Amino acid sequence: MTLRDLINKLLGRETASANTARERLQLVLAHDRVDMSSLSTDLLDKMRKEILDVVAKYVEIDFDEVAVSLETEDRMTALVANLPIKRTLSGEIQFKNIEKKNKSK
Amino acid sequence: MAKTSRTILICSGKGGVGKTTLTANLGIALANSGASTAVLDADFGLRNLDLLLGLENRIIYTAQDVLDNNCRLDQALVRHKQEPNLALLPAGDPRMLDWMKPDDMKKISNLLSEKFEYVLIDCPAGVEDGFKNALAASKEAIVVTNPELSAVRDADRVVGILNTCDIHPIQLVVNRVRPTMMANQEMLSIDDVTSILSLPLLGIVLEDEQVIISTNRGEPLTLSGKKSPASKCYLNVSKRLKGEDVPVIDPNKENTSLKDKFIKLMQTKIF
Ligand SMILES: Nc1ncnc2c1ncn2[C@@H]1O[C@H](COP(=O)(O)OP(=O)(O)O)[C@@H](O)[C@H]1O
Ligand SMILES: [Mg+2]
Repeated sequence: MTLRDLINKLLGRETASANTARERLQLVLAHDRVDMSSLSTDLLDKMRKEILDVVAKYVEIDFDEVAVSLETEDRMTALVANLPIKRTLSGEIQFKNIEKKNKSK
Repeated sequence: MAKTSRTILICSGKGGVGKTTLTANLGIALANSGASTAVLDADFGLRNLDLLLGLENRIIYTAQDVLDNNCRLDQALVRHKQEPNLALLPAGDPRMLDWMKPDDMKKISNLLSEKFEYVLIDCPAGVEDGFKNALAASKEAIVVTNPELSAVRDADRVVGILNTCDIHPIQLVVNRVRPTMMANQEMLSIDDVTSILSLPLLGIVLEDEQVIISTNRGEPLTLSGKKSPASKCYLNVSKRLKGEDVPVIDPNKENTSLKDKFIKLMQTKIF
């Protein structure tokens, strides 16, 4: 709290508007940014299929547990793929999970 | 032939935040520092870069004529009299908006980048075709905004689009900064704006009535050598753009009157 805030409080004045502006902006941008990435659901489906095709060439994937999604944090949107592997095609179980993060641009 | 050339988009999303004024002042400042500089008016619907530079009566040909082979590039370039390192290329006739496509824009800016070290593209407002045309040719961008809700929101849309277009770096200029309002916390702070947009700050420009006066005269502030608050800021931005190691102008340090000192005192954190 600043000296000004204290005086404002004592006098029963409104708080400074920059705080309100910041909060409103953060809310509205959270919405705007989600809108942008949800535009590409079709693209995401297509990409999911192609990724699975490639990975399935090398290892056996547990298709029921596959999850591919976009996650946004700050300005960065990441493609997060969780592909549980049942076994490699040579037969041995080597990994349980591969988490693959690709920064999408 | 320019050694290395930088093609820089100057954009904002929202109109009226100061793109054209920045383009004119930055153009003059870069040219004045010895760098050959071209400014391309891509806002041909509402072109006014020529006015700000005082060149409106000297336009004969446009980029359109160059592409149609009606004239050579150097015939269409309007050299600035006092600052011959600077040339303006108007994009086209405002009545013929539809002709230009992203490919045309690329051709034009390739021609310019062969001759000039800096090519500044003054972008139209909005995120539609005009913006996408202007963007097609750019390698890097300066996003201009004001410390206001709507300007920052629109800037965010633009940054979202630029991020998908392989444009780098994208730097921020916050224009029309009022230090006293910021100190009173009645205006978003520079930190607020940079952190919300997550962009590196190229510089700030103070609110300054000299901007309007210089526009009336068609003589950008950086041309006159007169030291006004905004002209200092534009110079600072041009230096930082060139990679000079100078700090961003701090709006707080621009507060020197007694009243401002009192306001600063009121900012003291008490708990
Ligand atoms: N730092 C500033 N201080 C005062 N007025 C400014 C400043 N920057 C821009 N303006 C004024 O704001 C208006 C819009 O500026 P302009 O550069 O034409 O914006 P844009 O090209 O983004 O539409 C003009 O009237 C201009 O004089
Ligand atoms: Mg303009």
